[in-house]
Amino acid sequence: MDIRPKVLIAKIGFDGHDRGSRVVASFLRDAGMEVIYTPPWQEIPTIVKLATEEDVDVIGISSLATDHLLVPALMRALREAGLDTVAVIVGGIVPDADETALLESGVARVFHPGTSLQDIAACIHDLMPGIRARRTTIEETP
Amino acid sequence: MTQPVDKHRPAHEDAEACWRREYAEQIGPHAQVRNRSGIEVKPLYTPRDWDSARFDAQLGYPGQPPYARGIYPTMHRGRTWTQRQLIGLGTPVNYNARLLDLLAQGATAVSLIPCNSVFRGYDMDESPFELLGTCGVVANHWAHMDRCLEGVDIVATSCALNDPSPFTLLAFLLASAKKRGVDWGSVTGTSNQSDCISHFVANHMFFRIALQGARKLLVDHIEFCNTHVPRWNPMSVVGQHMQQAGATPAEAMAFTLSSAIQYADDCIARGMDPDVFLPRFTFFFDVSISFFEEIAKFRAGRRIWARVARDRWAARDPRSWRFKFHAQTSGVDLTRQQPLNNISRVTIQAMAGILGGLQSLHTDSYDEALSCPTEFGARIAVATQNILREEAHLTDVIDPVGGSHYIETLTDQMEAEILRLMKVVEEAGGMYEAVEQGIVQKMIGESARRFQRQVETGEQTVVGVNAYQVDEDASAQPALARPDPALMRAHLEAFKAWKAARSQAEVRSALDALAGSTHDAKANIFGAVVSAAEAGCTHGEICATLRRELGFGHPLLVV
Repeated sequence: MDIRPKVLIAKIGFDGHDRGSRVVASFLRDAGMEVIYTPPWQEIPTIVKLATEEDVDVIGISSLATDHLLVPALMRALREAGLDTVAVIVGGIVPDADETALLESGVARVFHPGTSLQDIAACIHDLMPGIRARRTTIEETP
Repeated sequence: MTQPVDKHRPAHEDAEACWRREYAEQIGPHAQVRNRSGIEVKPLYTPRDWDSARFDAQLGYPGQPPYARGIYPTMHRGRTWTQRQLIGLGTPVNYNARLLDLLAQGATAVSLIPCNSVFRGYDMDESPFELLGTCGVVANHWAHMDRCLEGVDIVATSCALNDPSPFTLLAFLLASAKKRGVDWGSVTGTSNQSDCISHFVANHMFFRIALQGARKLLVDHIEFCNTHVPRWNPMSVVGQHMQQAGATPAEAMAFTLSSAIQYADDCIARGMDPDVFLPRFTFFFDVSISFFEEIAKFRAGRRIWARVARDRWAARDPRSWRFKFHAQTSGVDLTRQQPLNNISRVTIQAMAGILGGLQSLHTDSYDEALSCPTEFGARIAVATQNILREEAHLTDVIDPVGGSHYIETLTDQMEAEILRLMKVVEEAGGMYEAVEQGIVQKMIGESARRFQRQVETGEQTVVGVNAYQVDEDASAQPALARPDPALMRAHLEAFKAWKAARSQAEVRSALDALAGSTHDAKANIFGAVVSAAEAGCTHGEICATLRRELGFGHPLLVV
């Protein structure tokens, strides 16, 4: 089975600081993953649409200025669109109190400043078998 | 009094040879040291690298060309620097309380950072409620601005508004001044980040309108302010965004100077007098923890700007030659790990900026890698400035590092590197061309990746991140600062009611006039923005009108 991960890197909300998302996107690409990179200020419906059309495994949301507060709404929208198998990871400036809320909303992992790129790649690889297994189960369900 | 001389010291030539030998023996094999701008740094500098024979040409006296030593004769011994802390959170009432508190603690100027919804050109009633006021103050029309500055003497206090194209916050301030009976001629401050190129290239926060429309608006704004608000600095050319996005210090300085050249060329093409607009140009830079490199960056930038102002535009007034800059300590250098260590980092960065001859300083709060700064963090940042200014004797001597063999050599090398990069931009056809082709974005992206690689490999130590890690003490985590939802809800409802109660005909006609101004080459678009603000138009309405006429600001992304 091809387990080359397909990752959508995006920023939602109002923030435009994209150094982190760009560095992560280019590293994951160099690490052999298929990466879709979008400009900042994406709307939640656009992310859902892209994730569906591009059939991504993972969505990485970069947030440096409180835009992560919109992530629970993104999680709801993904579930409503039937994209339960897509894993969402969040990176950036996320206070501890907010991290708990994000994990409760279904986010797979939150990465904080100082995270090594290798750790992000390793996390995605660890998530992959679960994502693909869930997806196979869903596809086989009549 | 003569200084005692050690009779046993070797003659100079012998001494140098001796040191070289001993150094080579003791240091063993070691890697080359390079600074962030890629310049090789030697272990020792001597008069062979730089000596005082070059004093007049490259150093000279403060307040005189070539300005290496500072732009004023008295520098920090006369008037230190403006202590300008960026603040903004919650509602105008919240903002005002915090502003008055900071002014009481020693801050000497106003700085206003709006909510990210404002950054992006929207009013509060068109934005997700949970984001409102989390990163800046929600100010959408002139009365909000008036409330932000209640109790502040806007004549005596310089106001820095983070407010690029279409400069609505300044328009609101001018409307508020008129209501207060304050003459526009006495309003002072800066349109911070008015540089549209820096937002196109990096950080993108304020990039609301397509680049060429923003270009026209910027020159209109400069012309309007020069005429009607003569003590206002309409142009703030920004290197901070690019350096925070990954540009090296030399790249950030080069691209900023290249942008400034482009803006001044545009003003000249409009028929404006360089000795009217250049004295109102200011610069805004990042100051990283690469201490000596940052000092040299600022000294080199000052020399280049003074030369360009005279050679390129034949400016005659010395005020046109002065490279006035605000610096902000680098948030990218701060760590989430062991956050209190950031107080040390900010102190070192601030010292580099001070020794580099800054005019205005923002020190970051230690908690910026964890959340938007808390009030506690902001207090320490202010105290850091007070300590540097009044306890540490940093301001006793003008340009105290001047004449150092290392600093002067590095200043020369940084200047050469900055000029080399400026030539790349010039050859691409100027900064607008270079950024529309993505040349600048590509270089910045490569530098960001290179730095990250250095951190990952351990070539660049970051304490607490890739070295000296410790088990974190959760008590060091700051308390979260978030606006009170009930207050924000009330602010939103009051705004909706205010909008409904305005003279809709007046608003409609002001917005139509604004739209019309974009199609009339002779009209001043910013003048129409000011009229719209006075007529009660909101930020979101003004931005929407201009986006419709001039196009949405899509940044060019180069990954």
